[in-house]
Amino acid sequence: MPEQDSTDEDVARDEVGEQAEVGEQAEAPEPELVRWQLGKSHRKVDAMERMRGITRYTDDIKLPGLLHCKILRSPHPHANILSVDVSRALAMPGVHAVLTGADLPVPYGVIPWTPDETALACGKVCYVGDGVAAVAAIDEDTAIAACEAIEVEYEPLPAYYDPEEALAGAHKINPYAKRGNLSKDVVLEFGDVEASLDGADIVVEGEYYFEGTTHGAIEPHCAVAHVEPNGLLTVWSATQVSHYLHRELAKVLGRPAHTIRVIQPPLGGAFGGKSEPFDLEFCVALLAIRTGRPVKCLYTREEVFYSHRGRHPMRMRYKTGFRQDGTITGVSARTFIDGGAYSSFGLVTTYYSGQLLCAPYAFPAYRFHSTRAYTNKPACGPKRGHGSVQPRFAIEVQLDKAAVELGLDPIELRRRNDIGPEGVTVNEFKIGSNGFLECLSRVEAASDWGRRATLPYGRGLGIAGSTYISGTNYPIYPNEMPQAAVQVCLDRSGRARVFSGANDIGQGSNTMLAVIVAQELGLELDDVRVLSADSDLCPVDLGAYSSRITLMVGGACLDAAQKLRRKVRAAVAKRWELPARRVTLIDRKAMDLEDPSRSVSIVEAFQWAEADHGLLGEVGNYNTPKDRHGSYRGGTIGASPAYSFTAHVAEVEVDPDTGVVEVKHIWVAHDCGTALSQRIVEGQMEGSAYMGFGEALMERHDVDPGHNGVHIGPSLLDYRMPTFLDTPELHALIVEAPDAQGPYGAKEAGEGPLHPSIPAIANAIYDAVGIRLDSLPFAPPRVLTAIEDRLVLEHAGELPTFKVGRGRPELASKRAAGEVA
Amino acid sequence: MAEALLSLRINGESVHAAAPAHWTLLEVLRYRLDLIGSKQGCDKGDCGACTVQVDGEPVLACLTLACAAAGREVRTVEGLGWAPEARDGCHPLQDAFDRWDAAQCGFCTPGILMSAEALLRKAGRVVTREEVREALAGNLCRCTGYTKIIDAVVDASAMLVGPREQA
Repeated sequence: MPEQDSTDEDVARDEVGEQAEVGEQAEAPEPELVRWQLGKSHRKVDAMERMRGITRYTDDIKLPGLLHCKILRSPHPHANILSVDVSRALAMPGVHAVLTGADLPVPYGVIPWTPDETALACGKVCYVGDGVAAVAAIDEDTAIAACEAIEVEYEPLPAYYDPEEALAGAHKINPYAKRGNLSKDVVLEFGDVEASLDGADIVVEGEYYFEGTTHGAIEPHCAVAHVEPNGLLTVWSATQVSHYLHRELAKVLGRPAHTIRVIQPPLGGAFGGKSEPFDLEFCVALLAIRTGRPVKCLYTREEVFYSHRGRHPMRMRYKTGFRQDGTITGVSARTFIDGGAYSSFGLVTTYYSGQLLCAPYAFPAYRFHSTRAYTNKPACGPKRGHGSVQPRFAIEVQLDKAAVELGLDPIELRRRNDIGPEGVTVNEFKIGSNGFLECLSRVEAASDWGRRATLPYGRGLGIAGSTYISGTNYPIYPNEMPQAAVQVCLDRSGRARVFSGANDIGQGSNTMLAVIVAQELGLELDDVRVLSADSDLCPVDLGAYSSRITLMVGGACLDAAQKLRRKVRAAVAKRWELPARRVTLIDRKAMDLEDPSRSVSIVEAFQWAEADHGLLGEVGNYNTPKDRHGSYRGGTIGASPAYSFTAHVAEVEVDPDTGVVEVKHIWVAHDCGTALSQRIVEGQMEGSAYMGFGEALMERHDVDPGHNGVHIGPSLLDYRMPTFLDTPELHALIVEAPDAQGPYGAKEAGEGPLHPSIPAIANAIYDAVGIRLDSLPFAPPRVLTAIEDRLVLEHAGELPTFKVGRGRPELASKRAAGEVA
Repeated sequence: MAEALLSLRINGESVHAAAPAHWTLLEVLRYRLDLIGSKQGCDKGDCGACTVQVDGEPVLACLTLACAAAGREVRTVEGLGWAPEARDGCHPLQDAFDRWDAAQCGFCTPGILMSAEALLRKAGRVVTREEVREALAGNLCRCTGYTKIIDAVVDASAMLVGPREQA
């Protein structure tokens, strides 16, 4: 059990200021909160059954008569489909149905403005891996054999693998695209950027390239569908956005949403990679309808790589002006975004690539021009830190370059540009709480930053900062309903039930809801049962994306729990003939604050409340503020109720003879507002830093134009995700700057802490060996080449000797001088 | 497809199953015996989510033919809860993982538990963080950054050698 250390003094503080009379509901806010559950370390409500092998993830679902689906995929990056003949497949024993594009012709897309994909290809394929036909058969082997028996005649078309080439190309890739191969173009300017750069003491210019990366959740995508005789279709899917899947299923299948039930079983990781509908969900649904039998589709790992929707490659040209004191005068950015074959969230990505960069630093002038193009590659989409991880790399390295040029400490330079709390960004977003300065101080102290001045050649420390959103003020499809809603019920056994549409994807949102309910109602987490992500049982939630759940769903849950808390306290106060302000709920009891020896079990308190009020159930809602965004076209995109802040220090060791970079430590300080559950927040911070570290050094998601656009290595061996041995020591430092918008002040913790990983490592590599790596990933050949290039310039006298006298290894110097082979 | 009759020892019990002769141990466990705790993440030996123990050694069930496990003692995550050192159906490793929030999505966790259990059983003492890293290098986790897993395994090793009352 988590340690409980509330004292009577804490309890007394709880209720100060409440003025309710005897038996009345206490409406006054509780000014001082007893953190009886809040911020403790909790056992998660659903971890033990996962560890005991009992939890059924989607692929663990078994139904009588289950058929297996496989999808035939395109071997061409770009081709017209001249004909598809499924007759041989259909004739095979054990094959029950075959679908082609014509069976599911309605275009869909997670963003309502860009429906540009179909469940199976209609008329043409746009990348290697595009689904062409789907088979339902008695087992997977039969389905695979049937796919091989389908005859498809293709007419290959020229393929584009580079966004700028695609924009200039003659052939349109996506048949639903409205402007050739242009997916989205955004130009926004705030203030006078030209003047801000002209008037700067120095202007740092850089071109950065962010290679694509993918999510790599260990659970592959999987979906199961089943139809009842009355027509009710149930789809179980490993999705992180049940509601958007529900909407698109209704649209594509042409049936009302109330005849479809979407259930997200426990999920094996997502990171943004399961945040939109995929071909398998439509295919199993229609195959179940056609065959009258349940149908399952489980992606192979190769299919997961091809389905992708991962981090967009971006080529970013930045100009940043600075005064001598290190303050930023203005920023200009030009970004080309490689979108792959479909839009996915690309409209949002294109905005985010510029809109999310206007904190934690204040600057008076900003222009960004971002262009997303279609290419013949797996479609890119949202990955943890959607749209802003790439430009954050560019900005933070720009700051580091400026610090070197101006002779300033890079932490001090960041302090001087801090936007502070309660400010407004240059693009008109209102910032609430802001703990960025404390984040900087925490990583500075924890990393012993002062030793940076004396670290030998090959060792370095680097700093970077960032901000991220806690959900967005406007949902993906326009509507005036609440952004989050939760139902909470209490029963006479002393148990609470929470019904929430939110997707727990492993980030712990079910536990977060249980913590809030336990905190408000005096319960242990074991007393709270959370039922989530079942569209028949739970209120709608928009899903696990944009780091919205803690703030929004947590806020709705707190609203419902507080209503119930008031009812329970009033019922107890009535029986004790006390003012309700004297009653608190804690430790499975209702207690008189002024006489703690007087208490009643929470079970009896709930029974009293049920006697007074009838069945105890409340709904809670959360809606976003609608006055915190920009007053221009696109000014709502990226505006959030509250912003998190992060700083990292990375420590690296670079081997100048091999180019191998070893990251020894990453210190992560993250302002999450209020940590509702300590270790869960730390786990998000550590997992984020880990993921960014992998992107910095190892991960590379790309296709090979020399081999017809096939993936360069669609396996977990070739796509190198960091192992236990690769991963640095990660140090999570929680910073709390509570925000008025969040439940108990809580903001996000799941995505923000990723952002500084990459630039902090890049800046540490510079600090170690004096090289700038402006293209990712920092693989040994790239590092070694840069080291040798610098040494050649040093020997020619064109650059000063880096860290002269500080342990410069002989071998590297000699090799650069041509003295050794 | 021709099916073979398999006789296996799993978690200390004799079980029989008919399955295609080419099926892996993972397929037989998951799809014939409904022992779903062992997970399929890659199906080619890269991720470690399917790790079980055969004669006490961690092996990848997705690369082991089911027939090759015949006559050997197979142990899966489901069997951890009734090990002698378990309490209330919960092995000290599972308890430590629960306390440390070392499982996020939990999909890799069964495989990691089986690798870690072999490490602790063989070590018979408190293990170092470096030993944990070495022993678990074949198990990928995408959620945690590994930190809390290492914390939990070291903690569990202390629990196993220390006085039971420590819990």
